[in-house]
Amino acid sequence: MRYLPLTEPDRQAMLARIGAGSIDDLFIDVPEEARREGLVDLPTRQGELEVERLLGAMAAKNTPAGSVPFFVGGGAYKHHVPATVDHLIQRSEFLTAYTPYQPEISQGTLQYLFEFQTQVAMLTGMDVANASMYDGSTACGEAVLMAHRITRKKKAVLSGSLHPHYRAVVENLSDFAGYEIDPGAPVIDGTEDIIARIDDETSCVVVQNPDFFGNVRDLRAIADAAHAKKALLIVAFTEVVSLGLVTPPGEMGADIVVGEGQSIGNALNFGGPYVGLFAAKQKYVRQMPGRLCGETVDAEGKRGFVLTLSTREQHIRREKATSNICTNSGLCCLAFTIHLSLLGEEGFGRLARINHANAVKLADQLDALDGVEIVTPTFFNEFTIRTPKNARDLIDEMADKGVLAGVRVSRLWPGEDNLDDLVAVASTEINTDADRAAFASALKEVLS
Amino acid sequence: MSTVKFTEDHEWVLVEGDVATIGITNYAQEQLGDVVFVELPEVGREVAKGDEAAVVESVKAASEVYAPITGEIVEINGALDETPAKVNEDAQGAGWFVKMKLSDTSELEELMDEAAYNTFTAGLD
Repeated sequence: MRYLPLTEPDRQAMLARIGAGSIDDLFIDVPEEARREGLVDLPTRQGELEVERLLGAMAAKNTPAGSVPFFVGGGAYKHHVPATVDHLIQRSEFLTAYTPYQPEISQGTLQYLFEFQTQVAMLTGMDVANASMYDGSTACGEAVLMAHRITRKKKAVLSGSLHPHYRAVVENLSDFAGYEIDPGAPVIDGTEDIIARIDDETSCVVVQNPDFFGNVRDLRAIADAAHAKKALLIVAFTEVVSLGLVTPPGEMGADIVVGEGQSIGNALNFGGPYVGLFAAKQKYVRQMPGRLCGETVDAEGKRGFVLTLSTREQHIRREKATSNICTNSGLCCLAFTIHLSLLGEEGFGRLARINHANAVKLADQLDALDGVEIVTPTFFNEFTIRTPKNARDLIDEMADKGVLAGVRVSRLWPGEDNLDDLVAVASTEINTDADRAAFASALKEVLS
Repeated sequence: MSTVKFTEDHEWVLVEGDVATIGITNYAQEQLGDVVFVELPEVGREVAKGDEAAVVESVKAASEVYAPITGEIVEINGALDETPAKVNEDAQGAGWFVKMKLSDTSELEELMDEAAYNTFTAGLD
């Protein structure tokens, strides 16, 4: 196949057809302050060695997550991923970025997707799970659309303590479809009264557990209140490891469960690609977005795997499809499946207990410092602290002392009052006693 | 007295008094192939002629079923939940979809009788 680039007359013809004067006109929706005038000042050519040295020097200005005591969470978590995961995902039987078309020829891919779905259903306590979404936030957005299809209602009530990135994706998908959102204000101590906001117009209630600040809640009363108004309960999570210890959403009445699977098998990857988990009750399976793998037998009675219920999908059902997402980040999904298989049910539970124990030890050490208040009464492996110091300064000064202390909460809620002194702190199995001691002593100095 | 009417969307409408039983025709089930799922509306829903009233899903495709008349859904064929294959076995009998209370009997006059429908489908092949 020849690759034929566009000619200038081609470009002009296309621009004229849509009424744009220039290529730059296509970017007018980007706020002006975010646009750059002119080209970046780069040399036209440079030897590979020089480029490597230059970029290496730039990269060395960063403080990589693995190089210092690291306590940053807020939706992406640093865990230990065994080297076996990386080795296995690179086997040629597996290595693909995509759920295959002509799928049945790729039995290895279909089998791991089937096992992935089984894992997700078991973790969440739900009946069925799909073959994954892009990430937790897109899964959350799709869950809201799914609830609207099921209930034939249009209003989503979001917990104010839902991760703001998840809320933003819900808003993005809802805005242009004319759906209504009741977003709620952040409540840092887990006492949010979301039930009061559920009414007859409500299609779904979206609650994160543990929530952004770390609070772990019993969601049964919210489920009952939602169901009484014929609304669905959507439970989101950003830290999948929590499901090894916290009661699964399915056991607390959730109708749809969505979340981020990055913690298992996947590095921080600068924020993506990640792997979105999506599970639901069996009765809603036909309204689920994304692909589903099923187990079957072939003409000779042998076990095999197929893509199933494809009639819901866009390549068959076009504009009536359950979603325009019929793909996933397959490699991240594979890494998740392999890592979780290596851990096993017991290993996963043990990993969760280590995470929680480390977070509790850290919280105890920080709580003992003058001026530090733990504002989340319950938590799994992430909690929020309040100090007398502005969180931006605190995190900068801690970084200068070689400790990456956490996420400045106000960064996620620009314009919201009373969050400036809050830092969300995560502690996973990677943290050692020495890491915690470094955190506590650096924080003591920064606050003195 | 009961009469069966047909639409160009391959639905049949059996009118008994002011209640119409609605399903898809034998021709439609043959075209669809094995039916694996039927999504039915909730009882009590008001539908206008042309509204989407159900979805029938076969191994080949999912197709919308549009209300052939205006009225209220008074009963749905719950048996299709467990055994959607009834639509293949007996499309114009046990494989019925919904019963509707008619709002406007004059709409029936726009529908085809059996002979006209047979002529219509003969022209499609």
